[in-house]
Amino acid sequence: MTTVFAILFYAAFAVLVAGLGMKIAQFARTPAPLKIPTTPAPLTRQGAAFRVAREVVVFESLFKSNKPLWIFAILFHFGLFLVLARHLRYFQEPVWSVVALIQPLGVYGGLAMMAGLALLLLRRIVVARITYITGPSDYLMLLLLLGIGATGMAMKGVAHTDIVAVKAFFLGLMRFDIQPLPADGALYAHLFLVAVLMIVFPFSKLLHVPGVFFSPTRNQSDDPRERRHLAPWAAKLEAGGN
Amino acid sequence: MAADFETPVLGDVEERPTPALACGAMAGSKSYVAAPAHNEALGFPGELVPDWQDKAIARMGELLGKYRSLQVFMDSCVKCGACTDKCHYFLGTGDPKNMPVARQDLFRSVYRRYFTPVGKMFPGLVGAKEFTRELLDDWFNYFHQCSQCRRCSVFCPYGIDTAEISMAAREIMDSIGLGQKYCNEIIGKVHKIGNNLGLPGPALIDNLEGLEEDLKDETGQDVRFPIDEEGAEVLLVTPSADFFAEPHVLGLIGYAKVFHAAGVSWTLSTKATEAGNFGMFIGNYEQMRKIAMRIREAAMELKVKRIVFGECGHAWRVAYSFLNTLVGPWDFLDPRYPVPQHILEVTNDLIKRGGIRLDKSANEGIVPTFHDSCNVARASRMGDFEGGQFVIPREVVKACVPRFVDMHPDTTHEKTFCCGGGGGLLTDELMEIRVKGAKPRMEALTDVVRNQGVTHMVSICAICKAQFTKILPYYGFDREVVVSAHQLVSNAIILGNND
Ligand code: SF4
Ligand code: SF4
Repeated sequence: MTTVFAILFYAAFAVLVAGLGMKIAQFARTPAPLKIPTTPAPLTRQGAAFRVAREVVVFESLFKSNKPLWIFAILFHFGLFLVLARHLRYFQEPVWSVVALIQPLGVYGGLAMMAGLALLLLRRIVVARITYITGPSDYLMLLLLLGIGATGMAMKGVAHTDIVAVKAFFLGLMRFDIQPLPADGALYAHLFLVAVLMIVFPFSKLLHVPGVFFSPTRNQSDDPRERRHLAPWAAKLEAGGN
Repeated sequence: MAADFETPVLGDVEERPTPALACGAMAGSKSYVAAPAHNEALGFPGELVPDWQDKAIARMGELLGKYRSLQVFMDSCVKCGACTDKCHYFLGTGDPKNMPVARQDLFRSVYRRYFTPVGKMFPGLVGAKEFTRELLDDWFNYFHQCSQCRRCSVFCPYGIDTAEISMAAREIMDSIGLGQKYCNEIIGKVHKIGNNLGLPGPALIDNLEGLEEDLKDETGQDVRFPIDEEGAEVLLVTPSADFFAEPHVLGLIGYAKVFHAAGVSWTLSTKATEAGNFGMFIGNYEQMRKIAMRIREAAMELKVKRIVFGECGHAWRVAYSFLNTLVGPWDFLDPRYPVPQHILEVTNDLIKRGGIRLDKSANEGIVPTFHDSCNVARASRMGDFEGGQFVIPREVVKACVPRFVDMHPDTTHEKTFCCGGGGGLLTDELMEIRVKGAKPRMEALTDVVRNQGVTHMVSICAICKAQFTKILPYYGFDREVVVSAHQLVSNAIILGNND
């Protein structure tokens, strides 16, 4: 099993990095020919960067839009953030002191994440408008995340796994020196689902993660009268003479 | 009111309940398909080409490579549903395909099927669909039930703007010969005659002379409506409806009085007799540029120093946000003024500097509220500060009347609701969606009319004005409830003896 998981994780990591890298390159390469910030928008580029930062960190537009949904989304994303931070310790030796410091919070993060996901799922099922726009992949994504959370929390709360060995496995992976992975069903399930998540990431709606940084309606400054904005293809059109 | 549909019953503006889903409710509200002549005049195929599917997919690929907005929006939606209850067309009809994300999904399903690995391998999993004739019909219906008002974009956590997707969809449909009659016919008129209404130069000049005579009788002053006057300071570009439709023309009279009172020389141009630019509605950069080019040429020929736009929403978006990109740079104009300026910026400056004087009592009995036009509110700005597009028009209106009332805050500023007729929907065959789409605005208006004694609603957009004039009676209001901002200025401005 150790070898299987080692290969799986190398593959998943490669797909994640390459897939995401290609998507980001595509977003970056595609020109935005017109100034289309949703106004009122900041007048300066720094202002626009701050606007994007607010979208990323506090979900500003979502807050304006729908308070319950905002709470569910914040629960899930901040929970996930704490959980990910807690997991950093499996990949570093020595462990950074901040990571060690927030480690006890990770458990609450896990709970918040599970609660947020459950509420999001419930909302998809109960609210007719949301059911209408939900496809199989949307349910599966929530179930996948719930599965990862559940197996992870089971290892923490119910059946402890040998995390020292798990850490050795991952540190080993990073050094191309494969160490044995403990034989534990919950761990296998957890790691398998995480690898699936990594693989589907660049092909799914999880692309909202890079997407939010590239959205022209949010990242453009409002200065079209002051600064002429011209995409390369539009400049070519102009030079083509008419 | 002869109509084969029910005017929606208005609810409480505070509650604005979300309607129950009524699948297919608006499937029958169709735009007329453009005739071959309309399409060909713009360089599009006359009618649906036999290999339309391949052509459409190829065009989609091209647009994905040209517009970052389209590519990012296709990939980033998480189906959170935050936008689902934000579109006036959904709120007025309950048709789920009028929910912004569902409208996008008509496009996204095709995108996924032909441009994403998962959509190609497991279409059912991610809602990827073959581009069938049936789906194309849905495109034609529902992308012409979007007024490109951007309200959904305000509320989307990634700023996904359904307007961008509607524009791309229309561009694709035009490229395969499935144009919309209303937009394409009008663009043809702009190219051929010079404006959306097809008003030829001589008729226009006649009309302006008539206005001068009327004003002479009325005010005793020589308020002029100059046209093609070389060397004037200002070129005024205004929507052609301003030349005769009511209440638009009352606004035009207001602009003329402002220039007259301030002693600013100005001119219209027979070349640029239209501020509107429907090239934006059909998402076609080349058309948009070609239409905008007339303004550059007119400004150069007439050797003006400034360009000022009259009251129009989408025209102001194209002017403010795109003009510099499309046909700039404007280095031959006076650098002390932004290019272009909005007439409300001009009037507001003059009021603040004492360059014109107003007598509020002339508007005694008028208690106006203000309808923020979507393209001004969410796609452009006025003045030199964030949100100036909300402040400046209100300042001008307030300077003209004794009392002003704002509508419910969920329906103003960037949360404003579309009039229901924007984005290329201002055509009779779409009356049902226009009336129903106006519901949220009508709710907010009814609230201030009943509870705060509002008598009029000021609009600064030619499309809003035309739309409201038509649909207000459906909701029991007089059509004259909608007024131009400069109509109030016109009433209040003090002409002559300005000492
Ligand atoms: S708000 Fe944005 S992300 Fe959410 S469903 Fe609508 S378009 Fe998609
Ligand atoms: S742009 Fe306006 S009309 Fe179009 S989907 Fe969004 S809210 Fe509706």
